[in-house]
Amino acid sequence: MASRKCGGHDSALWMNADGPESGVVVSSRVRLARNLQAVPFPHRASADQLASVLGRVKGAIAATPSIGPTELFDLPDLSATDRQLMVEEHLTSPQHVQEPANRAVVLNRDRSVSIMVNEEDHIRIQAILPGLQLDEALRLASATDDAIEETIDYAFDEELGYLCACPTNVGTGLRASTMLHLPALGMVNMLGQVLGAVSKVGVTVRGIYGEGTDAVGNLFQVSNQVTMGRADEEIVAHLKAVTKQITDSEKNARSAIVSDAKEQLEDRVYRSYGVLSNARMTASDEALRLLSDVKLGADLGIIPGLLPSAITRLTVEMMPAHVQSYVGKELTAWERDSNRAALIRSRLAADREES
Amino acid sequence: MLCQICHQRQANVHVTKVTNNVRTELHMCQQCARERGELQIFEGPKFALSDILAGLVQTETSCGAPMGINVGGRRTCNTCGLDYSEFMNTGFLGCSNCYSQFQPILSPLIGRIHGHTRHTGKAPRRAGKAVRARQELEGLRSTLRQLIQAEEYEKAALVRDRIREMERVAHQDQLQAESAGGSGAEVAGSDTTLCTDDSEKRQEQPGTQPGTQPGTGSDASEGR
Ligand SMILES: [Zn+2]
Ligand SMILES: [Zn+2]
Repeated sequence: MASRKCGGHDSALWMNADGPESGVVVSSRVRLARNLQAVPFPHRASADQLASVLGRVKGAIAATPSIGPTELFDLPDLSATDRQLMVEEHLTSPQHVQEPANRAVVLNRDRSVSIMVNEEDHIRIQAILPGLQLDEALRLASATDDAIEETIDYAFDEELGYLCACPTNVGTGLRASTMLHLPALGMVNMLGQVLGAVSKVGVTVRGIYGEGTDAVGNLFQVSNQVTMGRADEEIVAHLKAVTKQITDSEKNARSAIVSDAKEQLEDRVYRSYGVLSNARMTASDEALRLLSDVKLGADLGIIPGLLPSAITRLTVEMMPAHVQSYVGKELTAWERDSNRAALIRSRLAADREES
Repeated sequence: MLCQICHQRQANVHVTKVTNNVRTELHMCQQCARERGELQIFEGPKFALSDILAGLVQTETSCGAPMGINVGGRRTCNTCGLDYSEFMNTGFLGCSNCYSQFQPILSPLIGRIHGHTRHTGKAPRRAGKAVRARQELEGLRSTLRQLIQAEEYEKAALVRDRIREMERVAHQDQLQAESAGGSGAEVAGSDTTLCTDDSEKRQEQPGTQPGTQPGTGSDASEGR
C-alpha cells in the first residue's frame, strides 16, 4: 500500500492499492454533505460569510485531534495545475476549483478522506478507497463527520435531516458510489440489459470519462438516487448489493469470453498493449480505451505482472494536469499527446520490470 | 432519419458505442431505445428538478388544490432573500431556513424526489438530540416486542423501565423548551402525501464526478 509519488506529490490511496474486487470495482466513494447553521449556502453567501465558514472549519479541525493528521490546501494558494491535479484524483470537484476564493480542501495522510470547504454545501466530506469498500468508506466519512460536529453546529432538522443547498441531497446528505470497469459486458452486448435492470432499483448509472452516451474506457459510476427515508447504512448496503450483482455479471461475461474466444481476446489485449507500448502520440480518450483492454488483460492474467492498480494509476497519471505536472511546464494539446505517450510507455515498461 | 430498429418512427436517440476500437452509431426512436434499456441509463446528467417542479404546478392547477407558489406560501425567504423563482430556475435553496419558508411547495417536491419526507438516518449529537432519542426509543420498543414474544419477561421488564425513563426525560425536556418561550421551530413536511413514483432525480452534481470536468487544456480530445 505504499503511496507512490505522482507528478511530485503523494497520490491518493484509491489509485495506489488494490482492494476487494479490484479487477472490476475500481473505487468506492462515500460523500456526506453538511452545512453550518444560520449561514447562507455557499452560492448565496458573501465573501465574508465564506471566509468565516472556512475559518470555523479550520478551527474545528485544529481543535479535534480525533480527526487525525491532515493537510489543508487553500485553493487560492495553489496553481491552476495543482488544483486540477486534485480534481483528476477525485479529491475535489471541478466546480469547487472554479472560483478558488475562500475555498479549501483538507486531506488526510493517505488522501482517503477529503473535506471540501465551500463547495455546493459548506462542508462535503468524502472518503474514497480502492476496490469494493463501501462500508469502510462510510465509516471513514462518518468518523470525520463526528469529529467536525464536535465543534460545529450543523443545519439539521428533525423531520428533514441534514439541510443541503439542493433538495436532492437533503436527509442523509449521503451519496455513495462505485466506479466499475465493465469491458466484458460490452463485448458480449449485455451492458444495456444489466445496467438497465439495476437502474430500476433506485441507483443511477452513468458512463464516465465521456460526455453523454459515450462511456469511454468502459468505466461506469453507480450511485444511490435517494438520500432520505433510509439509514446511511441501508443506503450503502443497497448500493453494495447492486455493485456485487453487476460485478458478478461482468465476471461471468469474462469467463464466457475466455472459454469461447480466448485467442481473439488475447489478440485484442496485446494489440492495445502494443499500441500503448509503442505510440508516440496519444489523446486521453484513445489512451483510456486502450488502457481498458490492458486492464482486462492484467485482470485475467493475459499480461503477466501487471497489477490492476498500476493501470488505475495510469488512467489518472495520463490526464492533462498530471501530464503537465510530470513534464513541469505548460503544454499545448499536441505536446501533451506526445508526453502522454512517453509517460505511458515508460510506466508500462517499469511496471512489468517491477514484477 | 428513421429509427434503425422499427424503421417506422423518427429516430431521436443517438447512441455511440465503441467496440473493438470501432465506433458504431445507432439511431433509434425513444420507444425502441427505452425497450432496449438504452435511454434509461444514458438520459444523462440533465437537471430534472425543474421538470418535477413544473409537474407539481400542473397537477395543482388541474386538480384545483389551493397550494403552490404564491398561495399560502411566501415568495421570498425572509432570512436569505432568495426568491422562489430563483429556486425554480437553479434548483438551489439559499439557506437552511428556506426549507421551512418554502415548506408548502418543498414538501411534496421532496416526497417526489425521495419517496419519503422524513429523515431516518444519522443525526448529529447536539442538534439531533431529539432524533437520536426517538430512534433509540423506536429501537427499544421493537426489542420489547421481541422479548415479550420470546416470553423473556424479566429482560422485557428492564427494557420497559428504560423506555419509561426515556419518555419521562423527553417529556421534561419538552416542558422546559415550552416554558423557555419557543414553541419549537416549525416542523416541515409532516402532513404531505407521500409520492413514491421514481421520477428522475437530478444526477449527482457533476462536481463530484469525473464525468464533466473541463480539463486544463483547450483540446476537446481530453476525455474528462
Ligand atoms: Zn423505433
Ligand atoms: Zn433562505
